[in-house]
Amino acid sequence: MAETISTHASHDEHHDPSFIWKYVFSTDHKMIAKQYMFTGMAMGLIGAFMAYAFRMQLAFPGMDVPLFGLVTPAVYNSLVTNHGTIMIFWVAMPVLIAAFGNFLIPLMLGCDDMVFPRLNMLSYWIFLLSAVVLLTSFFVPGGAFGGAWTAYPPLSAKAEYSLTPLGSSIWVVAVGLEFIAFLLGGINFVTTAMNSRAPGMRLYDIPIVVWMIVIASILFMASVGPLLAGAAMLFMDQQVGTAFFDPNKGGDPILWQHLFWFFGHPEVYVVLLPALGITADVICTFSRKKLFAYRTVLMTTFATGVLSFTVWAHHQFVAGIDPRMANIFTITTLLISVPIAELCFVYIATLYGGSISLTTPMLWALSFIATFLIGGVTGIFLGASGADIYMHDTYFVLAHFHYTFYPIAIIGTFAGFTYWFPKMFGKMMDERLGKIHFWGSIIPFNAIFIPLFYLGVAGQHRRIFDFSNYPELATPEMQAIRIFATVSLLVMLAFQFVFFYNCIKSWMSTEKAPDNPWKANTLEWVAPTPPPHGNFKELPTVYRGPYEFSHPDRDEDYWPQNEPA
Amino acid sequence: MRTIANTRSVSGVPTARLAVWWVIASEIVIFGGILMSYLMHRLAHGLWADYASHTTTWVGALNTFVLLTSSLSAVLAHKCAVNGDGPGAAKRLLITSAGGLIFIVVKSFEWTYEISHGYTITTNTFWSFYYTAAGLHALHVIAGVVIMLIVAAAAKKGRDLHRVEIIGIYWHFVDLVWIFLFPLLYIAK
Repeated sequence: MAETISTHASHDEHHDPSFIWKYVFSTDHKMIAKQYMFTGMAMGLIGAFMAYAFRMQLAFPGMDVPLFGLVTPAVYNSLVTNHGTIMIFWVAMPVLIAAFGNFLIPLMLGCDDMVFPRLNMLSYWIFLLSAVVLLTSFFVPGGAFGGAWTAYPPLSAKAEYSLTPLGSSIWVVAVGLEFIAFLLGGINFVTTAMNSRAPGMRLYDIPIVVWMIVIASILFMASVGPLLAGAAMLFMDQQVGTAFFDPNKGGDPILWQHLFWFFGHPEVYVVLLPALGITADVICTFSRKKLFAYRTVLMTTFATGVLSFTVWAHHQFVAGIDPRMANIFTITTLLISVPIAELCFVYIATLYGGSISLTTPMLWALSFIATFLIGGVTGIFLGASGADIYMHDTYFVLAHFHYTFYPIAIIGTFAGFTYWFPKMFGKMMDERLGKIHFWGSIIPFNAIFIPLFYLGVAGQHRRIFDFSNYPELATPEMQAIRIFATVSLLVMLAFQFVFFYNCIKSWMSTEKAPDNPWKANTLEWVAPTPPPHGNFKELPTVYRGPYEFSHPDRDEDYWPQNEPA
Repeated sequence: MRTIANTRSVSGVPTARLAVWWVIASEIVIFGGILMSYLMHRLAHGLWADYASHTTTWVGALNTFVLLTSSLSAVLAHKCAVNGDGPGAAKRLLITSAGGLIFIVVKSFEWTYEISHGYTITTNTFWSFYYTAAGLHALHVIAGVVIMLIVAAAAKKGRDLHRVEIIGIYWHFVDLVWIFLFPLLYIAK
């Protein structure tokens, strides 16, 4: 009761902050979520534009790419490097973890904000700074770093190899700043989830998406440290003249690969888990069914998190590691497909017998399972060291990880965005435009990457800028496939305008969204739409789990968590 | 500005203490990464024992003594804070900060001596690790001192006494890192 009274008091204190305090230096978790969301999407557009430029070069070598210009070898390297870096660190991370985490954690846990709102703001500002730092590298002498997003030394460590004396150091600094931003955010997320749940909310009453974001934050915190140390070491190799990664002076380039992938592989799960969580919530709501085996899902996720720390060297099968070690990492890598396959089955079991409505968010969630399945199954080939030696660094690898990251970063984001758009912005999105955008994204996506699997098995290496110099790779058939993939990319990019039109149109619409348009149970739907500062009229108390759909004792087919029995 | 979220304590552990433990958890892997890298190199290169013989053990031991002793007054400051004695806590935190400062001063003289005798960060990979690991630790000492002075200034006026414990936990962590660094960089020869 005391809490309720103090919220009302705080409502009276906080009204009408000036524009700059409301939109720029905001400590409100919903505003910070939107800042992360829009920054991430803007970076996504930049990353997509880079993909457009280098795909055009691959399909039509030497072409003067419209809106871009000539893609020289150095520019090509910078583009592919920064496309990868941006899409993972500046799109998937901020949108999936930071934007959805910031928006959903306090709302779904029934509290007014994060435990440390100012730390939250600091996290965003460091993140924004890191994005700006990364983008400046395109405008320095020598251009942006072009040694691949994994930044293997000696290429990344020595300016005479990379030819980007400033670009490579700016890249390291930007990545380091980004990690610090997410460490601050992660500490906030985990502490909020542990300490600030609504009265009555037990651990098993927390929505799966919050669990997943929290587990992802813990995985991030536990894995990023060695790479932060490694980034400091790489920076000193570049700028101070140390030789941590230089074998000529007693260093070891493989050390970087260990430090990078010790983080890099858990990082896959850091971004995967929030997407899986979003999918779980969307699937339950639109099949009107309880999540199949909630506790099993949770334990499976923990198991995935632990296993994800034991698989990293499968990225290094051809780097000269001991073949006996490769055997161990093959086994752990194949093992980790078990919990992920289990989650896919659990989601299908949740759908089974449900009354499914194919809304836009549901289409995205279903396509997540289908496409991620292809990503996972092709990963089995690469996880087995024998097959990987043949496939390594081909387009098969490239298509494989795009079949995992596209479902995560793009499909997962759109599933969450279209599902929570009414709560975030107070308006409903247009379903028809949403479905056009869905099909216009999902069909071209498959048309881009299924041919690339084929090219990879045909021996097409990842890091070639112009295939015309390689007669066995420059056959008319292979070139035709490349052109097909590039045209599919153009189609996919064109359909994104439908999405932006839909966003603006819905946002401008005068019709307000109801508080609980999908008739879901979790606490964010209890708050007014859009939630005001302080979130709830009266802070809720929780009586049951998040997925009590179609309960036999009830007339309505949903049962909000905060409604007393 | 305190949110209601900040006042809740579902886990039973106060929010600030919980958060500082997560800070420490993420720091452990940072230092863990650098120390594991050092250890793997050290085990693979027998020569490094010779390089390490040029570090000055007694200076490292002196700094160990200073840093560990400074933790005592951090504990005493916590005891004062629990009893609501803000000025007492502030005084004891100042003693701890002085310990941190002495540590940095000793380290400055030590590094000046080593650099002037030709052992710089680029001499070889052992010295690179030596300056990087100890330097990262020294940055944590400096950050700890700055935060401690801020906490002490508030505690003197009787405000935010719960922070005395938080900075104490952090300071113990900085000690603990040094306990790993001292034998690895100075004793093992």
